[in-house]
Amino acid sequence: MGKLLAVVLVIIALASAYPIVTNMFELPKDISTHGHAIDEQIKDTMLEAGISFVGAQLVLAFLVWSFAGRKEGSALKNFPGGAKIMVIGAFVLVGTEILALGVMGQKAWANVYFTSPAPGALQVQAQAEQFAFYFRYAGPDGQFGTIHPDKIDEGNQNYFGLDPANDVAARDDIVSGELVVPVNREVQLLMHAKDVGHSFYVRELRIQQDFVPGLDLSLHFTATQIGKYEIVCTQLCGLGHYNMKAYLNVMSQEDYDKWQKEQSTQ
Amino acid sequence: MQKKHFFISGLALLAASAVAVAGPKPAGGTVSGKVTYEGTPAKMKPIDMSKEPSCAKMYTTPPLAETVVTGAGNSLGNVVVYVSAGAPDDAAPSTAAVFTQKGCRYIPHVLAFQVNQEIKIANEDQTSHNIHPLPKLNREWNKSQPPGTPPITEKYDKNEIFAVKCNVHPWMHGNFAVLKNSHYAVTGDGGAFSLASLPPGKYTITAWHESYGEQTQDVTISGSETKTINFVFKAKPY
Repeated sequence: MGKLLAVVLVIIALASAYPIVTNMFELPKDISTHGHAIDEQIKDTMLEAGISFVGAQLVLAFLVWSFAGRKEGSALKNFPGGAKIMVIGAFVLVGTEILALGVMGQKAWANVYFTSPAPGALQVQAQAEQFAFYFRYAGPDGQFGTIHPDKIDEGNQNYFGLDPANDVAARDDIVSGELVVPVNREVQLLMHAKDVGHSFYVRELRIQQDFVPGLDLSLHFTATQIGKYEIVCTQLCGLGHYNMKAYLNVMSQEDYDKWQKEQSTQ
Repeated sequence: MQKKHFFISGLALLAASAVAVAGPKPAGGTVSGKVTYEGTPAKMKPIDMSKEPSCAKMYTTPPLAETVVTGAGNSLGNVVVYVSAGAPDDAAPSTAAVFTQKGCRYIPHVLAFQVNQEIKIANEDQTSHNIHPLPKLNREWNKSQPPGTPPITEKYDKNEIFAVKCNVHPWMHGNFAVLKNSHYAVTGDGGAFSLASLPPGKYTITAWHESYGEQTQDVTISGSETKTINFVFKAKPY
């Protein structure tokens, strides 16, 4: 019976490793300049965690196999030095592993979050609210109008609370339900939440960042492939959470300019 | 004796209602006119429904917001014109007022109905809505309505005009006007209105627009005359 358990353990370990080793679940296509570092990190983590997992299961199976069928009344053998050494050893091993992953991963993380965007990056303001995303562009004058929360009037399409009657900079601001960006140009996203916590997640961009009410957060990315990608909210935000999404539309510079012009005349 | 009295008054009531239904139009005056604006109204922006593809695909060009709806000759639509004083309160009619969610918009944009009149709220979309009227005097509620749900039936017991929004689709916006009597009209984009069957008397007529506010005019009706009054709202460019 004990030997059967050992065999089952080996089968479980190998069967779990199989889809990972054969790359059965591929990562979605990466359309960002920083994404490869994140993919590398994911692969390193899977490899390292996978080896540890399979190794630990095989050792466990080996021990189960060798100590199976112990006769009644025979003395139990202890690991030399007792459990203490095992526990300390595990701490050091796992600690080193996590630390190493952290240090290596710092590169991928810091490139997105701890650097400033290039000076010419396109600034887009993203507002998350129950249950939609809205994006604002500065328009031809290159200046964002000031936000007045008391002027928010959604029935009148004033999602950001602009005051075009008194604020000249706000008059040409473009507000869109779709995040339209030119390909191969760096975009700085200025993020704020109107009501509760939300999240901005585009798997092809390898970006997931929470919106936090009261905080102005910023991230930057460069999209390298033209196409339409889904932006989803990944922070449970209320009854319509399942339906909170928008699209990232990456266009050629030419199409993007055309789109901006169209929006300005509306 | 008492029984007989009941019988007679019952008969009289029956006769009166028969006249009201089948007989000629009840006598009374009419107040009619047109609502217009002066100045430059704000340009209505197209509604971006890209997050809700099932609604977005119902339009070849994105629909415009309906906060200010205008027509030829500076006429102004979506204005509620009603008798705010001078007329007695009327009992609610038995027919329900219908408010439909279609293409992620409210149809009509402004729904006028009477106190205690039933309203039926229908969802004809392939997506869930969560209707949330925002009254101050009446009881506030919000109700989810997944696709295929039968219409929601509701009533309001106080006279009030207020906005309606959808908790799922931020751009969805409408208005409910809960009125005390049956003398009201909501203007189309032609701006015309007509309030009929007003018995002789002095009335205050109010015109309400969701972004231009409210105006009132007094009018005296004698006999079955038709009086013309016009309302002119000041439009704002932003």
